[in-house]
This record gives sequence, structure tokens and C-alpha cells, in this order.
Amino acid sequence: MVVNTAVKSGDTLVLEREHLQEVFDSLHKRGYSTIGPVAADGAISYKPIAVAAELPVGWTDEQSPGYYRLKRGEDGRVFDYLSGSQSWKRWLFPPERPMFKAARTDNGMEFSAESTEPKLIALIGVRPCELAAINIQDRVFMGDRYSDPIYAANRREAFILTVNCSRSGGTCFCASMKTGPKAEAGFDVSLTEISESGRNYFVVEVGSELGAGVMSSVRHTSAGGAEKTAVARTVARTAESMGRRLDTAGIRDLLFRNLGHPEWEKVGARCLGCTNCTMVCPTCFCTTVEDRTSLGGETAERVSIWDSCFTIDYSRVAGGVMRQSAGSRYRQWLTHKLASWIDQFGSSGCVGCGRCITWCPVGIDLTEEVGVIRASDGASTTKE
Amino acid sequence: MEKQEIEKILQGHSFFRELSPAQISAIADCTTEVTYNAGDYVFREGQPSDQFELIRSGQVALEIFNPGKGAVTIHTLGENAIMGWSWLVPPYKKLYDAKVVKLVRALAFDGKRIRTLCELDPKLGYELLKRFSKIMSDRLWAARIQILDVYAKNG
Amino acid sequence: MAKSRKSPLQSGYMVPELYRIAGIYRETADCFTMEILPVDGSPRMKFAPGQFNMIYMFGVGEIPVSISGDPLGKTLVHTIREIGSVTKRLAALKAGDVVGIRGPFGTVWPMDAAIGNDVIVMAGGIAGAPVRPILYEIFNNREKYGKLVYLYGARTPGDILYEKEFKKWTTDHDIFIDYTVDRADAGYKGNVGLVTNLVKKAKLSKWFDCYNTVAMVCGPGLMMKFSVKELMKRGIPESRCWISEERNMKCGIGMCGHCQCGPVFVCKDGPVFRHDKVKQFIHTREI
Repeated sequence: MVVNTAVKSGDTLVLEREHLQEVFDSLHKRGYSTIGPVAADGAISYKPIAVAAELPVGWTDEQSPGYYRLKRGEDGRVFDYLSGSQSWKRWLFPPERPMFKAARTDNGMEFSAESTEPKLIALIGVRPCELAAINIQDRVFMGDRYSDPIYAANRREAFILTVNCSRSGGTCFCASMKTGPKAEAGFDVSLTEISESGRNYFVVEVGSELGAGVMSSVRHTSAGGAEKTAVARTVARTAESMGRRLDTAGIRDLLFRNLGHPEWEKVGARCLGCTNCTMVCPTCFCTTVEDRTSLGGETAERVSIWDSCFTIDYSRVAGGVMRQSAGSRYRQWLTHKLASWIDQFGSSGCVGCGRCITWCPVGIDLTEEVGVIRASDGASTTKE
Repeated sequence: MEKQEIEKILQGHSFFRELSPAQISAIADCTTEVTYNAGDYVFREGQPSDQFELIRSGQVALEIFNPGKGAVTIHTLGENAIMGWSWLVPPYKKLYDAKVVKLVRALAFDGKRIRTLCELDPKLGYELLKRFSKIMSDRLWAARIQILDVYAKNG
Repeated sequence: MAKSRKSPLQSGYMVPELYRIAGIYRETADCFTMEILPVDGSPRMKFAPGQFNMIYMFGVGEIPVSISGDPLGKTLVHTIREIGSVTKRLAALKAGDVVGIRGPFGTVWPMDAAIGNDVIVMAGGIAGAPVRPILYEIFNNREKYGKLVYLYGARTPGDILYEKEFKKWTTDHDIFIDYTVDRADAGYKGNVGLVTNLVKKAKLSKWFDCYNTVAMVCGPGLMMKFSVKELMKRGIPESRCWISEERNMKCGIGMCGHCQCGPVFVCKDGPVFRHDKVKQFIHTREI
């Protein structure tokens, strides 16, 4: 058991369950607020947590299209649950962000920008698919030409502790999207929870200087071959038991040549336009703006808030609304996520977390929708 | 449907009535029975136009899609209507979308074959052109009255 | 002097610059023009034809508006159509009032690619505004371009944008202008009919030849579609036809998602596009 030794980026360590709290302590000493998973109101959500004891020990979940239940697990693991209704975008890309303030002056008006002082947050329990989603949103908000300085400031300082998945859920398909079940890079610290032959411990991979610094004040031992094999075994088992599959071969061209496919209207008839999918999706980034004036009309604030392409107003133009039918709005969401995104940001917009499937009230499954189109590639609404 | 039955229908229809028996026979050779379900499109704007129809029952709405406003129905065709003249006029491309409003049972005419027949028999060509230009003239006149918007408040 | 304060990390495109209205006047029954200058006395932003700004009105909101002035002119000019809450409030502003401006955003009309060519510009309705800088740019560099044709269509004679300037442009510059309306009262002596009819007229009058012509078209979606179709029918290759798209915009910098048309963001990959690059998407219903 060693503490305060030189831990380096790239090291693999073993952390006993009872010492998990020391990770929190180490982070707090460095000024980080810790955000982690909490079981509350029937689901796992990400909230500020102060101690390891607040983690959802012994909780697991069952997910399928339109279905989510939190259940008591058998093993008493810490990280047996999978994706909840929220994702980490709630913290890096908050639902409401002030853009600027304006004030009336004798001269007309005056603007003041929002502070770009970063908040130090430590995200505890990021799944590999969620880490991929964070990297995807980075490319949206920190682009070549335009960059959101507030997002960039918070993102650069954020501490990320990923947890690899020891099991797969009913709506998971990270293996298809090549985003999991193991995080390979981009984390500060990565944990794999091993629960075998009565032993409960974490294998820790140190992914950065910052991660090394945090782990050096936490009790740990070096990981040996047996522990590393246990990780490989766990991850392989998870990869083989994925709840779903998405065939991504040529998917961009497949969707773009089927914009007139009759399936869009069919799925449109089921879709309620409730926007759940876009709210729970970890990569969806659309926003709208709200201008709020003080009662006296002396000051005004412009705020950016989460929006969804499923609303009618989303595509309103001077002449009317571009996407009036539910089918056209579903098509927009799906083709953006799986096709356009590749042109825009160099990768798919989907990480295979399955949230959109779980939280759709009518259980629409995008892997199934793509499957229908693939099976009847070229179908049209014109009778030949 | 037997050829004889088709010829009977053509002979009984005002559009074809005064064609010669030989001309009606030639057209009947290029005719098939078709059915279109409500919600289907008989044709879409931009598609090659190689067919026209005689609607025996049902209803079709001709639409133009205006981005932001949606599909606007500019004309409807029902029982006994002749649908489609773009098969006869270059570049032989459909100008509108034709959406089936009520199940349509129709006779479909092979426009490509009839165009060839017209090249070989200019008399047939002229007879058809006379009839189709009347349809076009009526529709053009009606369309212009429609844009006058006579029912508008200040109309 | 009021000055917008920016944090060191903040760049100009997320917080507006302050501009004061130097002049505001009516063009047609529902269109008006505002000419603005920076409040702090600095020279106005540089822009190229085709670009747009997000105009912010205190406490009300922002709208994207094409820049419609002379790239060499003193003021920043925007011609705006009154259609919603923000535009109606903007119309009521007076000289001396201030607005917030973010920009310039967007891709530009292919003025460089058009050098040495004939240029045909087609516009309909309010779209006379986003194409006017093309004409100014050519007037300012006349010898660099071949023949210049401007074809414009409006709803009725009262809606013809910049009609007062047509005569002046024809007198002062080497340009052929023809315009039409969809309908007019009896006694109107100008053209009545679809703007595409003017293309044939211009071709027959030898005001452009299809081999060395670049076409720039702007207007309602349907109008751009049938105008490009007509130009191609007259022999202009599709790769030389350019259009300017319009979509709902909230940010202007490709982050709010609203302006997407297929895979392109109209605010930063457009609004000016080469027709063949986007036609699959703009011609798909409800894209």
C-alpha cells in the first residue's frame, strides 16, 4: 500500500473499494467540485456529491425501448448502473447559459460579456460512450473558425474519471459505434470495477499528468498481469453482450439517398415530438435564445437555452415552417446524428448509449429505423 | 381488362370519341389498368413523363411544394379526367406532384409508345395535340383566374 | 462614450458591437433601410457581398439580415422587410437610436470567380437587398467584368425594390436592367409575368452568352429553383449558378443548429452556395 509516490501518466494501479473516498479528498484539496451519479427519483442522475458513500452502490438498471427501471443489484457493485436520463452535457454545456447583458445608457446601450473564469469540476463516473460524447461536443463548440470561450474554459479544466462498463444494457450499442465498452484515451483516470472471487477492487489507468497528481495522494498498489487480464476479460464480456447493434457501413450515403423513403412518414406517425431524445442525447447541442428584460426595461439579458429540432418553431422562416411534418423532423434528427455529422465534424454524432431508445415514450429505436431503411434501400412513395 | 373493353371505354369518353377506330385500336394497344392507393404519389415533380391516365374513379391532387409553406394543391382531378400532358411536350418531365386523395382506378397510357406512334402517324399526332392543347388552354385560363384571388377581401 | 466591454477571452462574434442609426427610411410599403455607423466613431466593419449580420434590438431579440450596401460606402446598410415582432420594432427606430451588430457572417458571392466573365444577377422580392452589393462591387471595378445583367421580379409594381435607383444605375454604369411583376393594375406599362421570362429576353438581346457567364440568384426557394432551371435551359452550366439560402438562425456561427439544410450550416457554409453542391438537399421536401 503506497501513498505519495510518483505516479506517472500511463501507470496501471489497483485501488481498493474502501479507499475510493481518497480520490474525492484528493480532488477537493485541489479545488475541484465533484459531480457524480446519484440514485434519486427512480433514476440515476449526475449531481454534485461530496463523499463516495453517495454513489449508487448496489443499484443496477433495466432498460429497453420506452422502459427504464432502477433495481437492486446482486453484487453490491458501485458502478453497476448504466446510462441514466442525463448525460454530462448538463455540466459542460448547461441547459441555460447567459450570453451577455445589455443596459440602457444615455448614449443608447452598453454590453457586458459573461465571465470566462472556468469552474473546476471533476466528473466522476463517466462512461466510455459519454467520454466519446464529450469529445464530440468539443468539436462542435471548439471549432476551427468559431469557439465558445466559456465552454472551452470549463472543458479544459474539467477532471474526468471514467468507469469502464462491466456489463451491457438492453439499449446499449457502443461496440457498434466503436466508443466502448472501454475508454482508451482522453480521461484523467479510468476505473474498471472488478468483482471476482469475493474481491471488490478497481483497476486504475492513469491517463494524464493531472490524473497522476490526484492518484499520488490516494492509497494504491501496482497492478500486475492478473489485474490487467481481469480488465480485458470484463471488457470483452461486455462487448459480446451488447443490447443492440447498428450497422454503420456506408450509413452516410445510405441515409442521404433515402430521404424520400416511406419509413420517415411511418415513424413520424409514431413520434410525439416530445423532444425527450434530444434532451437525453449526450451529443445533441441545439440551442435557442431568450431575451429577458428587467421589469423597468433598464437592463436586458440574452440567454442561450437547450432547444430541439423536433419543435415546430425550430425551422421557422419568413414564409412559414420548413419541417412541418413529424416525419420530416424525425428525418432531420436521424440524418443529422448519423450522416450529416460526419460531413460536419468528421465522426458520427452517435455514441451508442441507447438513451434515445430508453427514454422515447413510444419506444422508437434508431437502430431499428436504420435497419428498415437498409432492408428496403431505395423505396419511394411513388408506385412504379 | 380485354382490349375490346378498353376500346369501348375510349369510344365512350369525350376525349377519344371522335378518333377513328384504327386510332382507338392503336391507343388501346398501349393501355393497361392501374390502381393507386390513397396517400401514394402517382408521380413526382421532375420524374420522366412517359405515361398519362384516364381516371375512372377516385381523386388526385396536383401539388406544388413551396419550401416553408408545404405542399399546395393547385388542381384536383377526379372521375373521367385525363391526367398528364407533359408526356407529349419536351423535355417530357413531370411538373407537379400527383397525390392520390381517394383510391384511384385508372387506365394508364404508355406515353413513350404513343409518342412514337404520333411520329409515324402525324394525323394521330395532330388529333392528340388538338385535344391536349385544349386541356392546357383551359387549365392556363383557370390558373390565371385563380391568381386574381377574386375571393380575397379586397379582391 | 459607450463602448462594449469584452473579457480578454471573448471575441467579437458572440457579443454585439454598438452601431448608431445615421439614417432610416422607407423603400416600399413593407421594406425599409437603415444606414448605421459604429457608436465609437471607428470605421464600420468590412464586408464582402453575400454576407449578413445579426441585428440586435435591446430586449427584443436578434434577426439575421443581409448587408445590402456598397462595400466602399461609408455606412453599413441593411434593407429589412417588416414581417415579425423584431422587424416591426426595428422599423420604428429613429436616427440616433442604437442597435447591436454581430458579424459579418457567411460565405460570399463569387466575385473573384466572376472576374473576366459576364454576370447575370436575378432577384425576387426582398432579395433585391442581398444582391445589391454585387452590383456595387462590379460598378466599383467595372473593367474587371464583362456584361452585367440584373433581372428582378416583384409581386406588384409597388413592391419593386430600389426602383428609383434603376434609372441612375443604367445611366451611370454599363448594366442592362429588366424587371417584372406577378400582377399589375390595367394601365401599368412594365412587364407582367414570371421573372424567368426576362431571361429569354436578355439572351435574345445578346446581353449575355452562356459560355462565359456566372449567374447569381436570390429569392424565395421556389423562385431560385425555377430561375436556375431557366438559366441552365439557356445554356449556363450548373456549376456557374450560385444561390443564397435562408434558414432560421439563432447564433450565426454554426452552434445553435437551426440553420442546417442537409449537412450544411447556412450561416457558415453558406448562405451563398454553388447550386450543384446543395441541390440534392434544397430540392428535397421539408429538408
